[in-house]
Amino acid sequence: MKPTFLEFEQPIAELDAKIEQLRFVQDDSAVDISDEISRLEVKSQSLTKDIYAKLTSWQSALVARHPQRPYTLDYVDLIFSDYQELHGDRSFSDDQAIVGGLARFNGQSCLVIGHQKGRDTKEKIHRNFGMPRPEGYRKALRLMRLAEKFQIPVFTFIDTPGAYPGIGAEERGQSEAIGRNLFEMAELKVPIIATVIGEGGSGGALAIATADIVSMLQYSTYSVISPEGCASILWKSADNAGDAAEAMGITATRLKSLGLIDKIIAEPLGGAHRDHRAVAANVKKSLQDGLKSLIGLSPAELVERRMDRLMSYGKFKEIEIH
Amino acid sequence: MSWLQKLLPPKIKRAEGVRRSMPEGLWSKCPVCEAVLYTTDLENNQNVCPKCGHHLRLRARVRLDLLLDPEGRFEIGAEVVPLDPLKFKDSKRYIDRLAAANADTGEADAMVVLQGAIKTVQVVVACFEFEFLGGSMGSVVGERFVRGVKAAIEQQIPFICITASGGARMQEGLFSLMQMAKTTAAVSLLAQHKLPFISILTDPTMGGVSASFAFVGDVVIAEPGALIGFAGPRVIEQTVREKLPEGFQRAEFLLEKGAIDMIVDRRELRDRVASLLTLLQRVPAV
Repeated sequence: MKPTFLEFEQPIAELDAKIEQLRFVQDDSAVDISDEISRLEVKSQSLTKDIYAKLTSWQSALVARHPQRPYTLDYVDLIFSDYQELHGDRSFSDDQAIVGGLARFNGQSCLVIGHQKGRDTKEKIHRNFGMPRPEGYRKALRLMRLAEKFQIPVFTFIDTPGAYPGIGAEERGQSEAIGRNLFEMAELKVPIIATVIGEGGSGGALAIATADIVSMLQYSTYSVISPEGCASILWKSADNAGDAAEAMGITATRLKSLGLIDKIIAEPLGGAHRDHRAVAANVKKSLQDGLKSLIGLSPAELVERRMDRLMSYGKFKEIEIH
Repeated sequence: MSWLQKLLPPKIKRAEGVRRSMPEGLWSKCPVCEAVLYTTDLENNQNVCPKCGHHLRLRARVRLDLLLDPEGRFEIGAEVVPLDPLKFKDSKRYIDRLAAANADTGEADAMVVLQGAIKTVQVVVACFEFEFLGGSMGSVVGERFVRGVKAAIEQQIPFICITASGGARMQEGLFSLMQMAKTTAAVSLLAQHKLPFISILTDPTMGGVSASFAFVGDVVIAEPGALIGFAGPRVIEQTVREKLPEGFQRAEFLLEKGAIDMIVDRRELRDRVASLLTLLQRVPAV
């Protein structure tokens, strides 16, 4: 698959196009230019390294939204076996923006839940651009209850711009659905491991991310509101999304240093979309380590630990009151 | 200058100055029926328009004062005050916004928690202050809420939250999103202890506050006409590109859709809540 380049990657794109051209020339040329090609390849690598070493928060957000980035079902394919998708919330419909099902992880039973985006226009619409409606959260909760009943650990994959702001979503209790998940996930008696693989967009993300361990891919983002949304409210223009992204601190590195997430999972050079297999291997390792650290805990210990974590969120100071 | 003023002799013209010095806010206008009301009458009526029944917004402490018995109140969590963990700055610095809101409202953040009684029924009540940065939920709101819940559990008494909020506080970034998880987890502790949690939604209850503990109350009450929802009406309109139905996201709409238990007139709230609490706790009526 040919990579799609983002705007800030244009220097890499130009170099790669040149390499491609030389390769084409070499095929029917007597002169050996393979040295030149490999020299340019090294240059392309180091250029990518340079650009990615100083990604701004906003550029990270663009990588997190990259059209070729692996989505939940790609990780399901690459990490799990025997995946059996389970559908529907049992009261209204089957939300296509959240998928879930039983699977095996290293041979052991587990439950996988994740936001799902689409690749082409048709699938994007089918998946509602990864923006769940209330039924998605309710399906997720139903599956988590199922996992609890059979003592199966839960892996969630976070990748959504946010909850869908639609009339029907409001009519069917979007707020209640998200709130209910937060309420129930706080005391679910099986391990929950959440991984932000792309966009962690606000309440729509949190509704399946209240977990024992929260990891983020290196170039994924997690925020209370989209940078565009924040910019249009506080800066009065969505054009300031870059400023908003920087100010809110949405990147894995920043959030790790603030103590809001547990772990950063490395992505291949140039982002996860450059090598799905490599990033999936890193994610697998992270899930494996996470599960290992939780497996010895009794359900009561697990819930207590999760509650302590949830209660510790927040930065404030305490003063003496006279 | 109007033709009338031009006609008036200079002496009477000067009298205008006297009118200007009249205390401000003596008269208020109902935003719905536009009736001009004597402010004292409006206040005596709990900020409900005596002409059309529209519920105007109330400051947190006024609301708590109206709901709780005068005796035996004390505040919880006032020692928790805000920080600026991200050094956030848009057109203004977050710490300056905090200071300005503090100067305007006299509050350190957007939530006041009191322990007290409603018609002698012991309760802890957490109330949002909408005048403080739109009642937005940041770390202090979350922590004060949790301290209120913990006090309720310690004393085995019910917990009530009165919401009036635009949602999460963007200036605290992901810390504010995590307050949704934190507050809602605290409510799950109340449930484990079989203590009633009554959620009272007032105008407005939106975003991250609406989508956390607001709807997981054992009983969910809304004030008449309150705007309640997750996404703001403007955002929805822009997304779906159609006109929103009449009364969309208003309390009456939510009642019709089955999202809330009841709509209660503010002037009856004390009686209704006391009755609900005694019923849930299986104790004699008060």
